[in-house]
Amino acid sequence: MDMRQYLEVFIDESKEHLQTINEQLLELEKSPEDVTIVNEIFRSAHTLKGMSATMGFEDLANLTHQMENVLDAIRNHKIQVTPDILDVVFHAVDDLEAMVNSIAEGGDGKRDVTEVVQQLKLIEQGKTPIATEPTSRPSPSSPIHTQTYGDFEYNVLQQAKEQGFTSYEVHVKLRADCLLKAARVFMIFETLEQVGEIIKSNPPAELLEQEQFDTEFIITVISKENKEDLYKRIIKVSEIEEVVVTPLDLEKIGMELQRTEASLTQAEEKSEKTEEQEKKEKEKASTARQTAAGNKTIRVNIERLDILMNLFEELVIDRGRLEQISRELNHPELQETVERMSRISGDLQNIILNMRMVPVETVFNRFPRMVRQLARDLGKKVNLEIIGAETELDRTVIDEIGDPLVHLLRNAIDHGIETPDVRRAKGKPEEGTVKLKAYHSGNHVFIEIEDDGAGINREKVLKKAISKGIISEQNAASLTDKQVYELIFSSGFSTADTISDVSGRGVGLDVVKNTIESLGGSVTIDSYEGVGSVFSIQLPLTLSIISVMLVEIQNEKYAIPLSSIIETAIVKKEDILHAHNQKVIDFRGKVVPLLFLKDIFEIPVHKEEEEFVSVVIVRKGEKMAGLVVDSFIGQQEIVLKSLGNYLTNVFAISGATILGDGQVALIIDCNALIK
Amino acid sequence: MTELQGTELKVIVFQLKDKEYAISVQQVRSIEKIQHITRVPRTPNFVKGVINLRGVVTPIIDLRTRFGLEEAAISENTRVIIVALDEIEVGFIVDAANDVVDIPTDAIEPAPEVMDTAQVDYINGVAKIGKRLLILLNLEKILNNRQLKAAK
Repeated sequence: MDMRQYLEVFIDESKEHLQTINEQLLELEKSPEDVTIVNEIFRSAHTLKGMSATMGFEDLANLTHQMENVLDAIRNHKIQVTPDILDVVFHAVDDLEAMVNSIAEGGDGKRDVTEVVQQLKLIEQGKTPIATEPTSRPSPSSPIHTQTYGDFEYNVLQQAKEQGFTSYEVHVKLRADCLLKAARVFMIFETLEQVGEIIKSNPPAELLEQEQFDTEFIITVISKENKEDLYKRIIKVSEIEEVVVTPLDLEKIGMELQRTEASLTQAEEKSEKTEEQEKKEKEKASTARQTAAGNKTIRVNIERLDILMNLFEELVIDRGRLEQISRELNHPELQETVERMSRISGDLQNIILNMRMVPVETVFNRFPRMVRQLARDLGKKVNLEIIGAETELDRTVIDEIGDPLVHLLRNAIDHGIETPDVRRAKGKPEEGTVKLKAYHSGNHVFIEIEDDGAGINREKVLKKAISKGIISEQNAASLTDKQVYELIFSSGFSTADTISDVSGRGVGLDVVKNTIESLGGSVTIDSYEGVGSVFSIQLPLTLSIISVMLVEIQNEKYAIPLSSIIETAIVKKEDILHAHNQKVIDFRGKVVPLLFLKDIFEIPVHKEEEEFVSVVIVRKGEKMAGLVVDSFIGQQEIVLKSLGNYLTNVFAISGATILGDGQVALIIDCNALIK
Repeated sequence: MTELQGTELKVIVFQLKDKEYAISVQQVRSIEKIQHITRVPRTPNFVKGVINLRGVVTPIIDLRTRFGLEEAAISENTRVIIVALDEIEVGFIVDAANDVVDIPTDAIEPAPEVMDTAQVDYINGVAKIGKRLLILLNLEKILNNRQLKAAK
């Protein structure tokens, strides 16, 4: 059977499941006791296993299977969730992701996973995955924690003592090959009940009866028999490997109880404060679940939406012609119909544009994992707060925004957030906070990355910039704080004293700035030393529709994005100055070089030159240039289209658009023109 | 693709100067009348520009220039053949689109050595159908944009 046709669906769904697993694992780390979360992960892992086995990806299925075993053990309380275990599971998920990606890129999805599988197997057997200190376990022979006692049990034990009973803790270990564990448990319980009374067991009795335990358990019992007699009675039950009877130290329990009580009340106070928050979160979670269940969605290939969009643009162009014709004919019924059609197609346009909108969540949801890993690698404590993940952006922007955000987050955690001891010394909470916030405003989407770290040190940045030759010493003093912060976006800049492999060698931030500007956006920095920094990114809602200035050069029409334009000017010929083979103009006190598009674009000349030249002043960052054109046609919203896969990388042309008359106009890439 | 192999190959036949050329129908999307072409600056001379093909901006190549023939004035018969190869979609300006023909695959012979050197690279073979000689084009070679990249 040919599986190729299912491959795409398989890859999509696998990615979704892996994302769910990632998210839920992070949740699990926050609340390790929550079995529903484990169940959630288990379900995703199980589906993934089934799918990959069906598709014939053995390695993928094997690793998922191993992971599933561990999850099953966690679910059944056989093993406890620890950060070490989660690390291994995360590692396994990383491997799974790598495999799925390899499949998506046409590979075979094979990968050497023996190490991870080995570690998972160790966990499954209840052993510590990596060679961590053995002291982390209460005692090597019994991985089960010692019993803890509550108020009630303590009172019972006290009373028993007063009545002449002795309390014992009995550790029982069954043989590994024991077949009917529940039966043995029953026999032991019965034996003990003949000579005393069972107060408590760990795991609880009902779990023991359901065989929901490994091989060991602890029973607390009060009895008038002595230690040796108890031991002899229990060891008579067959298939038992080891029995340890220890008398309980009631005073110690009492003290521990007081201590835990104290911390409990503290915790309660705390929890009361956060209770409201929690409630909100819970409500949120439940509504999210509801909407998830109630939302009916279908998966549509983005290409189809692109085609729909293209067809619609055609319709818009024809609509324009039709409106023109109906105006000329002045036929009332025709006019009415055309007007109705215009309104409907307007609505249709909104819907089509909206269909291409994707919540930024699709980019944001990979960050919690990344931040966690990064914080661990750097030995920092970082809490990532994500606000406004539901904010929608055009698909084209979403695809591009991921990498810059990764850079900025890494930057915030590496350079911004201090190590816990430094933070403590400064009187800040040990855990640093990084806020990732997205929101709409006007025709733009803002994404802010805010950290409560060290902030930017003006002097340090200036010193570095001077030493790198980015600015001169004279200039340095006159710069405003904002201008100083902007310097860190210059290429070849890095202020971290030590180069870490996390945020690299200062190649990152200038790339970030360039990427965002190429998307028609901008990035600004606000910072208070010692308090933190905010990197604020402003992005257009969509890249498929942009505002441009249409200009005419000879017989050709070109579009210049408004985001690059500062203003337009009409300059007298004699005001053009010459400086080193370069024509320049004096524009508001600044010398701006002129670029004659007619020459740059080798446009065939038909018309005579005029007395005045029309100039569009454009900018790239701080640099400006004047583009010389013949005339301005006007401002217009246009649909951005690519030149296709044949004409890639045409100089200074970023794309094309279709004008109202059906002709194609090219869009000028000002960034390429300004060097 | 394969069902015709060993039997017949369906091709679109078009004219350039005095010769007839053929492209497999599998690679042809549509045949259009000539329309307004927007020149794209700083591209090789055979790239005439781009057109609006039902909302898709499509590059147009003048096959005459591509093959080193002199340019011809646009006439009533001038057509644009839209071809698709992998992810690339372009239009070829041709003097006229003549016919759709089934060529028996055993009638296809390798290109003769004596043909114009500028063209021989772009040819898969020739087929003789009655008195007509059809030149089968190799789209991969024609669309190879090494020249495009060199032009930058």
